[in-house]
Amino acid sequence: MIRNDAPVRWGMGFQDPATPVAEGIIRLHHELMYVIITIMVMVTYLMLRIIYNYDYRRNREVRKERSGALIEAIWTLTPTVILMIIAVPSFALLYAIEEEVSPGVTVKIIGHQWYWSYEYSDYGEEGISYDSYMIGEEDLEEGDLRLLEVDNRLVLPIKTHIRLLLTSSDVIHSWAVPSLGVKCDTVPGRLSQVSVYIKREGVYYGQCSELCGMNHAYMPIVVEGVKVEGYKEWIKSKI
Amino acid sequence: MAEDGENDGMEIKLETAPHDPRFQTTNQAKHCWSRYIEYHACVKQKGEEDSECQKFKRWYKSLCPNEWLENWDEQRASGTFPGPV
Repeated sequence: MIRNDAPVRWGMGFQDPATPVAEGIIRLHHELMYVIITIMVMVTYLMLRIIYNYDYRRNREVRKERSGALIEAIWTLTPTVILMIIAVPSFALLYAIEEEVSPGVTVKIIGHQWYWSYEYSDYGEEGISYDSYMIGEEDLEEGDLRLLEVDNRLVLPIKTHIRLLLTSSDVIHSWAVPSLGVKCDTVPGRLSQVSVYIKREGVYYGQCSELCGMNHAYMPIVVEGVKVEGYKEWIKSKI
Repeated sequence: MAEDGENDGMEIKLETAPHDPRFQTTNQAKHCWSRYIEYHACVKQKGEEDSECQKFKRWYKSLCPNEWLENWDEQRASGTFPGPV
C-alpha cells in the first residue's frame, strides 16, 4: 500500500496520519467542517436573500428600525453556543496531546541555518549525533523527492513513546512533519518538548516552517519509522 | 562509528530520562538545567562513582543539547558558571 506521507502535486488534503495525534487532528478537522459548512450555507443564504429582497428597485420603502432586542440576543447567543460546542472536541484533543507518558527514547533536535542536527544521547558514553542536510537537485537519484530528501534521516522506533526536545543554535526555525502531526518552533534558549508515538513503519517528510533566512525552503526533515529491533541495530551500528 | 560486528554483543535498552512532575510545561530547559546541577551537586557530595550520580549523569546527557553542555562545562572550568555548583 502506498501512503501519502509526503507532499504531492496539487495536494489539497491532509497527508496520511502515522500517529494518534495526526489522526486526532484530522478527526477534529472533519468535525469542525460540519459546523463551518452549516454556518457558511446559512450566512450565504441570508446575504443572497438580503441582496435580492432589499434591492431598492424592488423595495422602495425605507425601514426605520434601529434595534431589535430579540434578534440581537439570538445572533449573540447562537455563535456563543456554537463555540462552546466546538470547544469540546478541541480541548479533548489538546489535552490528549499534552498527556504525560514516560518515554522510551529521547532525541534532541537542533535547528541551524540551514540544516537540522539530531542527538541521541541515551546510548554509549558519547551518544550519537549527526547533521541532516538537504540533498541538492544535482545529487538526486531516480524516485527521490526534489527539495525533500536529506543525506541523514532521523531514525525512530515505531510503537514507542518518543520524547523530542527541540531548540535552535541561531534563529527561530520550526520542525514540522505533517504525517506525524508535529509542528514545533525551535527557539534559541528554549527546549521545547513534543511527544510522538509512530504507529506504522514508513518514511515521513516535512519542511522548516518558520522563516529563518536565505535557505529556509531548503532544510527539509525526513523521519524514518522502523521496527524496534531495526532501530536497535541502527543504534549499534552508530555508537 | 562501530565497525561491522563490533557491537553485536551489546544490548540496547530503550530507556531514557523519565518524566519529571516538577516540570510540566512544554519548555524543558529548566529540567535539563536541574539535572545538570543535581549531577554536579551529587558528585560534590558523594563522588563520581556513586550510582545515583551516574543516574543523574545519564539523565542530563539525555535531556540537554551537547552545545549547552559544552558551554556549561567551559564555564565551570573557567569559574564563570552561573549555577550553584
